[in-house]
Amino acid sequence: MLATLIIVFREVLEAALIVGIVLAASRGVPRRRLWISGGIAGGVLGALIVASLAGEIASAVEGVGQELFNAAILFAAVGMLGWHNIWMQRHGRELAQSATEIGRAVLAGTRPLYALAVVVGVAVLREGSEIVLFLYSIAVAGGSSATSMIAGGVLGLAVGVGAGAGLYLGLLAIPLRHLFTVTSWLILFLAAGMASQGAAFLLQADLLPALGNNLWDTSFLLSERSLPGQVVHVLLGYSAQPTGIQVVFYLATLVIIGSLMRLLGGMPAASPRRDLARS
Amino acid sequence: MYRLLLALTILTAIIAAPAMAEDSGVTITIKDHRFVPDMVEIPAGTKVKIVVRNEDTTTSEFESVAFHREKVVQPGSEITLFVGPLDPGSYEFFDDFHPETRGHLVAK
Repeated sequence: MLATLIIVFREVLEAALIVGIVLAASRGVPRRRLWISGGIAGGVLGALIVASLAGEIASAVEGVGQELFNAAILFAAVGMLGWHNIWMQRHGRELAQSATEIGRAVLAGTRPLYALAVVVGVAVLREGSEIVLFLYSIAVAGGSSATSMIAGGVLGLAVGVGAGAGLYLGLLAIPLRHLFTVTSWLILFLAAGMASQGAAFLLQADLLPALGNNLWDTSFLLSERSLPGQVVHVLLGYSAQPTGIQVVFYLATLVIIGSLMRLLGGMPAASPRRDLARS
Repeated sequence: MYRLLLALTILTAIIAAPAMAEDSGVTITIKDHRFVPDMVEIPAGTKVKIVVRNEDTTTSEFESVAFHREKVVQPGSEITLFVGPLDPGSYEFFDDFHPETRGHLVAK
């Protein structure tokens, strides 16, 4: 049971942390619960479909279907995170400082919540389909271990969701005028980390060069397999042994989304964002 | 910097090309939650084809942090991966769904 718990927890953790960030980033937006639960529900449904088609996906495109599928949905999420951040850069401050409830509601209503729903859906789909494949084969294989497996799975899910809820509550403790700055940074790093993962899948599919197998090895300091390592991996895109191409995609995503935010965001001279970035 | 790395990579690929034997790969079988063999020797500095066959009744995920691969292997099926070119050394791989199932690629 413990083994099942740990594996399900590790799979759930990534999606739960992403949902936590998205919930905090959309604080105060009308109908956000509907969009985000829609994203989760869509992700669960997608996970079941993907798991049931796993054999077909794996053997598609000369055996690299799994890699291409993962890369495609990861890059879709990167695009959505970038678009959301650019929008927030344009309107976030007005949103936080809007004098009237009505003005705020009108502005917030135009926010691209579908972008966040897609991100949540992709995260749930990716991790969820692995959980389904893992649990389903155990359920089919062994009769006696089924109860203990279900218990482990449910507990793993609960602990993972708890971690996401913890992150969400922690972010809510940040005053509203700083909250969107913090969530914008988190989303920027989330996008960079996802782009780096997507590049790893394209490398595995032999569509990109490695540009150096292990640029550095910090696994003795912080192993990616450890819990803290995994949290930093999700939140900042940490990799203990990255390939060159992953670092290229990570930095390129930071630079591209960062400059688009500056270019299209129209940042005023005295910006609290800069103060925060400096401190 | 990256341009240089890219150029070096391409150059290495051209020089190493005649020595490449992509078809003569290795097969790793997952059986009773063990990798057979769990110590796989491969030539360093060249791309190697690895077939992972899952003969268990449970799903596995063949994964390695050291050589950057992760791929789900359904019960009774097999997947193909290309690994490398790797520098000489030992590289761990594992089954992400059964973390006690481990093995090593040794590049020589």
